[in-house]
Amino acid sequence: MSDKILMKGNEAAAEAAIIAGCRYYFGYPITPQNEIPEYMSKRLPEVGGTFIQAESETAAINMVFGASSTGARSMTSSSSPGISLKQEGISYLAAAQLPCVVINVSRGGPGLGNIAGSQGDYFQSTRGGGHGDYRTIVLAPYNCQELADLTLEAFDLADEYRMVVLILADGFLGQMSEPVVLPEPSGKKFNKDWAVGIGRKNKVASLILSPEDGLTKHNYVLKEVYDKVETEVRKYEEYMLDDADYLLCAYGSSARICKQAITELRNKGIKVGYFRPITLWPFPYDELLNASKGKKKILTVEMSLGQMVEDVKLAVNGSIPVDFYGIPGGMIPTPEAIIERVESYE
Amino acid sequence: MSNEEIVYKKSPSMMERETHYCPGCTHGVVHKLIAESLDELGVEDAIVVAPVGCAVLIYDYMKLDGVEAAHGRAPAVATGIKRVLSDKIVISYQGDGDLLAIGLGETIHAANRGENITVIFVNNAIYGMTGGQMAPTTMPGQKTTTSQSGRMADDVGLPIRACELINTLEKPVYIERVSCHNGANILKAKKAIKKALLNQKEGKGYSFVEVLATCPTNWGLTPKKAYDWLEDTMIPYYPLGNFRDQEV
Amino acid sequence: MLHEKIIFAGFGGQGVISAGKLLAIAAMKEGKEVSHIPSYGAEMRGGTANCAVVIADDPIASAIVHKPTICIVLNEPSLDKFEPLIQEGGVLIYNSSKINRKPVRTDITVYEVPCNDISESNGSIRAANMAAIGALLKVKPKLASLESMNTALYEGISERNHKHNPINIKVIEEGYKFIN
Ligand SMILES: Cc1ncc(C[n+]2csc(CCOP(=O)(O)OP(=O)(O)O)c2C)c(N)n1
Ligand code: SF4
Ligand SMILES: [Mg+2]
Repeated sequence: MSDKILMKGNEAAAEAAIIAGCRYYFGYPITPQNEIPEYMSKRLPEVGGTFIQAESETAAINMVFGASSTGARSMTSSSSPGISLKQEGISYLAAAQLPCVVINVSRGGPGLGNIAGSQGDYFQSTRGGGHGDYRTIVLAPYNCQELADLTLEAFDLADEYRMVVLILADGFLGQMSEPVVLPEPSGKKFNKDWAVGIGRKNKVASLILSPEDGLTKHNYVLKEVYDKVETEVRKYEEYMLDDADYLLCAYGSSARICKQAITELRNKGIKVGYFRPITLWPFPYDELLNASKGKKKILTVEMSLGQMVEDVKLAVNGSIPVDFYGIPGGMIPTPEAIIERVESYE
Repeated sequence: MSNEEIVYKKSPSMMERETHYCPGCTHGVVHKLIAESLDELGVEDAIVVAPVGCAVLIYDYMKLDGVEAAHGRAPAVATGIKRVLSDKIVISYQGDGDLLAIGLGETIHAANRGENITVIFVNNAIYGMTGGQMAPTTMPGQKTTTSQSGRMADDVGLPIRACELINTLEKPVYIERVSCHNGANILKAKKAIKKALLNQKEGKGYSFVEVLATCPTNWGLTPKKAYDWLEDTMIPYYPLGNFRDQEV
Repeated sequence: MLHEKIIFAGFGGQGVISAGKLLAIAAMKEGKEVSHIPSYGAEMRGGTANCAVVIADDPIASAIVHKPTICIVLNEPSLDKFEPLIQEGGVLIYNSSKINRKPVRTDITVYEVPCNDISESNGSIRAANMAAIGALLKVKPKLASLESMNTALYEGISERNHKHNPINIKVIEEGYKFIN
């Protein structure tokens, strides 16, 4: 027990980034993720790193672009409105195949919205909020421990595939404190021959004027990486599915509510379990399809008007009915509402 | 000091409701000064562009139309409104994070175009709404949640002086820095704000009023000590006075 | 099987969020599963603050508390807000030093604790939250022991505030003794 520390999600993520060797953090204040820059402003100088409070989220992501082009591990974090501003930079990072980690402690939207946790940024995260033909790896933790573990792993994934890795958390997770065992660094080493400043006259750029032998070719290079990620990086959790009649599908905070609803439904004799995607891109389509075999129905639960449900439908492709329950605007579904919906299937 | 009563009387342009501001916060004072100035100028249909900052709900406290801009974009939104409704008074109300950090580009360019708008800049040397992070106007040595050992000029530079910066541009017609930490200064602030609104009414062009303000909550001071800190620390760095008045 | 969903609520400055965190640390020290979520941001300006703490033997599914099993309220607006939400058969501890009305629920167990008075008579104007914690530990001894709570006070509070701990501990004990 002794190595467990009660940590706020935001702080656990920040410390995990430092353990991963991230020494450059650039960010801008926004609730509910302020503990990340605040923690970094104190901790990074202690470990010889650099913290800059940028003048905007746009500046912050471009500072990351600069730091990452030297091969250094760097990151930024924000919440929904700020992540919108980072989309331009993310597109440029993706084009130049620069690795970095971006944490979104998302909140209610659209617009200024509110500061409560929300899952309204699924489309933005998984469909590429910026312009052009690119992908980012999207990881969706559901508790503080997983937030720390995935943040650490995100740096390895970013370096391995030279991609932007987005952690999609939410305000509840960022603000929540839970016991955390800080993860150990993997120790993996990555080749960074492409970086500037290592005497190779490297270029980090994304302007490729010619379609035929230029940009189109580059797009296929990216596609090859994305295909590889799709086969190699799929994470999900199955819970109580073996004998289940109904499958709940949810990620992040809403999966936690589902877990509670499952316990209560099973007490009432209704067999239900869940499938929790942890990588939202790549989405575990095949695994969800397999898990849904023999079930009567899927209920997708989100803190939104229904975004991931589109991927769920793609996964099962009409083979079983997919229902949706969601609540937008920074509200969290109650277990009772989920229970009531499932009971209505009986 | 019979004038001081004027400062605190209820103004028809203010709503009869309590604000959400902390004790000793000067946002409410600045709201009142704007409301009174509008009343005295006979303006009943002004449009305020609210910032993203503690004053985001300004449109709930004043009887006027309100448009809420994204963080830092108020001068651009105000430009759009003014170009359509050129006969309406358009006010851009902004904090230091909003105006000098994320919105510096919009600020400079609206001023440089000489948009016929009034910008009220509330400088409280901190990010109030997000819980006390360092702002572009945070004083050297001032402790904030992102400068926990105090602002270090070597690393992050010195505070930006907005009036002086805007004073390098040709088009603005009126630039003044005032404070609202005591009665006498509030009166001067009122005069400046009214002048800045009158300029717009008369079609003169871009007016900019910087109001030195308090944030006792995030400065970690009592309201009284916050007024003192403003006077002792901020005013020496941010000199009060008029930088430009085209009629002068 | 222990599974308590606790809400601590009061005015911004009454220390309800830190009291919740200390309780969570104390329970964690005893090997229990815990979670803590504060109200945050604009919600806190001027008004009331609260936190939700879950303490359980089994892993905690949802850390969000819709229907608390235990409510500790230090001011009247919090009593108004949370009394109706308490689960049937649950527990309400309210700060009678600051709350003038009596709770109305009859399907819960109510404890009236003069938290501020207990704090002040032990030499602190700031430890009402600790008096409430003391009372809570007596009412629900399975949450954590007084010893674990003392450990939490030293591990969960930054060192420069450790000087207040002797009084904090005294106030916790007095709150504990107040319940019989
Ligand atoms: C794009 C974006 N980034 C960040 C924020 C978070 N945010 C809200 S208010 C604010 C700054 C507030 O400081 P200031 O402008 O000085 O106003 P004050 O509250 O001090 O009056 C920030 C960064 C946001 N809402 N949108
Ligand atoms: S946080 Fe500061 S700026 Fe915001 S309302 Fe309170 S005192 Fe005013
Ligand atoms: Mg400010």
